[in-house]
Amino acid sequence: MADSDGRQVVSINHSTEEDVKLQEVVQAKCEGKELTKEEKQRLRKEKKQHKKNKKDDRGPPEKEKEKEKASVLAPSKPATQSPAHKAAPVPVNASASESPVAAEKPAKSKAEQRAERRARQDTERASKQGKKEGGQQSASSKPKATPNELQPVVKRLPEHIQVDDPAALKKLAKKLERQQVPLRSDYGYKVSLFSHLHQYSRKNPPTQQISIPATVIHPSIVRLGLQYSQGIIAGSNARSVALLHAFKQVIQDYSTPPNEELSRDLVNKLSPYISFLSQCRPLSASMGNAIKYIKKEISNIPSQCKEEEAKRRLQECIDSYINEKIILASEAISKYAIEKISDGDVILVYGCSSLVNHILCEAFEKQRKFRVIVVDSRPRLEGREALRRLVKKGIRCTYVLISALSYILPEVSKVFLGAHALLANGYVMSRVGTSQIALVAKAYNVPVLVCCETYKFCERVQTDSFESNELDDPDDLIVTRNGKTHLENWQTVKSLGLLNLVYDVTPPDFVDLVITDLGMIPCTSVPVVLRVKNVDQ
Amino acid sequence: MPGADKETDLSERIESFLSELKRCGSGAGSLRGSAETARETTALLRRITAQARWSNAGDLMEIIRKEGRRMTAAQPSETTVGNMVRRVLKIIREEYARSRGSTEEADQQESLHKLLTSGGSSEDNFRQHFAHLKANIIEAINELLTELEGTTDNISMQALEHIHSNEVIMTIGRSRTVEAFLKDAARKRKFHVMVAECAPFCQGHEMATSLSKEDIETTVIPDAAIFAVMSRVNKVIIGTQTVLANGGLRAVNGTHTLALAAKHHSTPLIVCAPMFKLSPQIDVSEILSKVNAHCPLFDYVPPELITLFISNIGGNAPSYIYRLMSELYHPEDHEL
Repeated sequence: MADSDGRQVVSINHSTEEDVKLQEVVQAKCEGKELTKEEKQRLRKEKKQHKKNKKDDRGPPEKEKEKEKASVLAPSKPATQSPAHKAAPVPVNASASESPVAAEKPAKSKAEQRAERRARQDTERASKQGKKEGGQQSASSKPKATPNELQPVVKRLPEHIQVDDPAALKKLAKKLERQQVPLRSDYGYKVSLFSHLHQYSRKNPPTQQISIPATVIHPSIVRLGLQYSQGIIAGSNARSVALLHAFKQVIQDYSTPPNEELSRDLVNKLSPYISFLSQCRPLSASMGNAIKYIKKEISNIPSQCKEEEAKRRLQECIDSYINEKIILASEAISKYAIEKISDGDVILVYGCSSLVNHILCEAFEKQRKFRVIVVDSRPRLEGREALRRLVKKGIRCTYVLISALSYILPEVSKVFLGAHALLANGYVMSRVGTSQIALVAKAYNVPVLVCCETYKFCERVQTDSFESNELDDPDDLIVTRNGKTHLENWQTVKSLGLLNLVYDVTPPDFVDLVITDLGMIPCTSVPVVLRVKNVDQ
Repeated sequence: MPGADKETDLSERIESFLSELKRCGSGAGSLRGSAETARETTALLRRITAQARWSNAGDLMEIIRKEGRRMTAAQPSETTVGNMVRRVLKIIREEYARSRGSTEEADQQESLHKLLTSGGSSEDNFRQHFAHLKANIIEAINELLTELEGTTDNISMQALEHIHSNEVIMTIGRSRTVEAFLKDAARKRKFHVMVAECAPFCQGHEMATSLSKEDIETTVIPDAAIFAVMSRVNKVIIGTQTVLANGGLRAVNGTHTLALAAKHHSTPLIVCAPMFKLSPQIDVSEILSKVNAHCPLFDYVPPELITLFISNIGGNAPSYIYRLMSELYHPEDHEL
């Protein structure tokens, strides 16, 4: 294959020479000389080349690119290439072999033309296919060319930030239809700055359109999706753990259909579940990492493994993931964090982070003397849950709303924040309001410590809270004060919009320290950790 | 007897005004804006001037000071009351001085140098009786009332100078001055407003509905999202409860966070405040006077975070506020 390609590459440059040779051979034939086998072969090849040159007038750059790519990629990925390129030369060969036979007849022009046309169509089809494959291959095989160094990632934009693109929406609808997952429609007037994000209403859960017995989605996943969309399960750790437990149930109930391999079929079974869950609520970074891990484990199941054995192994993997990445990680983080808590501290926490609550409870058990200020914000008011847990332990707490931050901050000695994800450029993605707390704490020179497990580290980069975010139900902002509900009919007023953001990003210069299970690192060391993790895997 | 009737009528009015003040707090939950309070206070002071018994300026000032102390004690956070009392006291001094024919004393407050060196050395005891003093004072107070009535309009007239097309403006809570300011600009220009709702009283909701009725593109955001959206905001325009003598603000809670976020993004912070909100107090500890289960009503915003003050007499930088103070109030009246 490489040979003929090479020759083709060479022969493009010598097209005029080939033409001359062709003429000679045809002349020789007309003169009745007998052609040897090699000459016949050469003739066929040259005719083919001639025809190719004619088509080059139509689309020379495409073909040349394809051929060059083919020649570069030939050593790396011959298998997938060859069908595409074999298709190209074969019809041409056929037509080339046909045409010399018809060459002598004066009516050859018609047959020749027809053959030419057919060959042209075939090559164009093949070249289109080859270009597509070539394109993908050139992108994905470039990393092979420069291994382990800067890997240019082919970015397929995630669907959930392309809501303003009708083509992307159509693609999503088609995909969901294929997977038999209901499509959830957006609700209400969206603020123009966020028209690229989804905005759903809690009153229309996606499960309304599913009929339970006839659905392709496992019931525990349906329940999970409902819990996500109604906000019953919230918080990145809780969501990940619930997801993994639901997947355990799915694996338990799974049985391999005949003629299928568990490693491939199970992964395909999980795709509609994941689409459904992301319709209920966009996936968090921690959930994304967990799913990647499970898919990897499933595809690594050796094919000779029996089904029971495989299922048991997967359950163990999931258990160990939860144990290592979440439970033991929080123990490690608590140990590091407790070193940072001294007697007499006044610690400020925001919202309800399971990790930060755990740290504070541990510190209290280790007899540290401190008091806590819980800052809360509308409309979620998650701080009340944190307050409940801390007060139950017996820790002295104060409760304020985020607008009272400037008032309370002079008393604070440290700020502990949880994170939803840590981005590769060092920004901290967390509940909306976190960046504000970090900003004001910086203005008052109060140290800010972020606690985050390493499984929440993510490869994305983001610089502000607009690019990728989540819009919660706007009706949550409606409230009654003094007997009046001003925003009750906000939908009827044309120019009024409600914005209920869920996340925001904190720049790394506001954060003094990140406490992870690997140790205490500055915010800017996140890509180092990611790289170490990737090398391990 | 007509005199006694007038007096009882007067004291009745004063009592009812005091009880009104005590009842409705200021800032959040107030049933009336501070402009209204200022007007009512001034009207009441005019009535006192007209109906109370006094023979010379000194007596009048004593009476007004006494009533002023009672009024400020009734509602310490409503500073416009005290400000109006001080304005009237200054009017009385000026009118007295004019009647006496000496205009140099009025000039005494003009230069900074004299301000530092003189320090209230006018040895007048205001005991001289002038026949037309009452009429002059009442006329001056009427002028003050006219000025008060026109403050919101004067501020709104400057709106088009500061707001251009397609801007995104952020504000917090509900300020009638800012509302009028934005509505005036919206008549000619199209822009987008983001209102931070300012929990727990959520006065931002009222502001948003009122603005959107005038076809202004409005968005309500929770307080927690202030920093998150600040990168897209071009200007921050806020109202305030009081302007302090050093150019700082005493404003609704959450304003300090808003000011810090604006500073971080280098977004200009514009305060729309009429002159009657200017108060001679600088004491910061007084800010935290209204604390109720850690739900502070006000924030202190230092002058470094403020870009511009728009008042009924035009635009000013925070560093100029102390001069305006000296034009409005007499230093001896700073303590009522």
